[in-house]
Amino acid sequence: MDPVKPPPPDEVTPEPLFWRRREFLRDALLFTATSVGVGAGLLSLVRGRPRDEPEPGPGDPGRLDVAARSPLSTTEPPTPYRDVTSYNNFYEFGVDKDEPAALSRGFQSRPWTVTVDGEVGKPAILDVEELVRSFPLEERIYRMRCVEAWSMVIPWVGFPLRDLLARVEPTARAKYVAFTTLFDPKRMPGQNRRVLDWPYVEGLRMDEAMHPLTLIAVGLYGRVLPAQNGAPLRLVVPWKYGFKGIKSIVRIRLTAEQPPTTWSAAAPSEYGFYANVNPAVDHPRWSQATERRIGELPRRPTLPFNGYAEQVAGLYTGMDLRRNF
Amino acid sequence: MAPRRRPLPWLGPAVLLGALVPLLSIAWRARSGELGANPVAEALNELGLLALVFLIASLACTPLRTVLGWTWPIRLRRLLGLVAFSYATLHFSVYVALDQGFDLRAVLVDIAKRRFILVGFTALVLLVPLALTSTAASVRRLGYVRWKRVHALVYPAAVLAVIHFVWRVKKDLSEPLVYGAVLAVLLLVRVVMRLRRPAPAASRARVAPLADGARR
Repeated sequence: MDPVKPPPPDEVTPEPLFWRRREFLRDALLFTATSVGVGAGLLSLVRGRPRDEPEPGPGDPGRLDVAARSPLSTTEPPTPYRDVTSYNNFYEFGVDKDEPAALSRGFQSRPWTVTVDGEVGKPAILDVEELVRSFPLEERIYRMRCVEAWSMVIPWVGFPLRDLLARVEPTARAKYVAFTTLFDPKRMPGQNRRVLDWPYVEGLRMDEAMHPLTLIAVGLYGRVLPAQNGAPLRLVVPWKYGFKGIKSIVRIRLTAEQPPTTWSAAAPSEYGFYANVNPAVDHPRWSQATERRIGELPRRPTLPFNGYAEQVAGLYTGMDLRRNF
Repeated sequence: MAPRRRPLPWLGPAVLLGALVPLLSIAWRARSGELGANPVAEALNELGLLALVFLIASLACTPLRTVLGWTWPIRLRRLLGLVAFSYATLHFSVYVALDQGFDLRAVLVDIAKRRFILVGFTALVLLVPLALTSTAASVRRLGYVRWKRVHALVYPAAVLAVIHFVWRVKKDLSEPLVYGAVLAVLLLVRVVMRLRRPAPAASRARVAPLADGARR
């Protein structure tokens, strides 16, 4: 065996280069670590939560018996299920659009009762399962216009509010209907922060509540309502901004006086009791003239009463809709 | 040991690469449909927040030196400022092109009528001269004192950017107020340093930032 020969002198790395190689390796390491750190830090700071609400499969539970497709439905293409169930304003579960879907996962909406009382002949505590069974469920495909200038088309499943009200026999003194959302910070983590004055409350005038378009929704896309959309039952008033559609209702009270409503109490100059969709009356901080339909790029013009003027404009004849916004 | 060339030669390129990661992420998610139900709003929000983060980071460099004695952040200041300006420009471009569909009349009406858009737009306009005079040659051409005075515009720009954020949110002010608080601390450090150390030269006294009045 030959002894190991020392390398010829011209193959020996010169000392400065030897040091520079170490320096280069160290710098490369620091470079990589810094860029990864900066990139990851920025992503965690600004990036929204990835969605994972799946399309419902045919075998999924929670199908509802839909008796009829309502002639009041729009023929516009519905917004995909995934968008309807992952882009929500439901501050009870968090203020970001993606929080309701993420933070309402374990929300139990059964058993559930709704108290209907106030100016009624037959006050009642109604069980939701029983309610769902006792009314023929209709599919109603409605436009939904959020006050933030975006909109969706949602195939709701539900029954007209007036059918429910008829059951409790409103008295002649009933002029308004007041709704209350569940208050339970343990189940609705967003209520641990006083972003709004909990519980969320909403209200309608009696003629608005009795209008055939006004719906109590218990489902969407033929299925039981997901928690982030207001399970187990919510209000849908398609000619008003979305925030009027109070979710996870536990109480419906008929009153003689106009009831307080959460957003108009929180910011009276920005949100009114009526909150009818009106392209001519801007929100103080943004225009309501146009909207982005979820899934579309160009904005589309917003229609008076969200396109339901023919059916509902008559409710407001003689009213100044700039003052009563 | 070999003589060192520039200290920390990797720092700037590494931060620049890291700064591009969220932009690539937005582009990638836009392509794959992962930007959520309202991708335009999501891109707009993320780009705007990135601009604010970098603007505040650029304002952290000097306090880090004066308070902690760190000198390396100063090397990054110009880069951070230029990245902030780039993200602010992208934010505005997405608003004009994708949100408003190049409807310039609607954009002008928005700027004139909506105070939150007006302050955001003003912040961007204030950053333009800073970006244009960001080179060493500009410092020589303007002279340090005048250059420094121009670059004091960064303080009102940052304050307006935070106000833009505060006025945009519907109700929950916690996130914009966190950024506002960080900015307030950074401006306060400057005020305190100035009060504790009487200006040594006339040139320093000329560049008093207008931190105090504008902050609250």
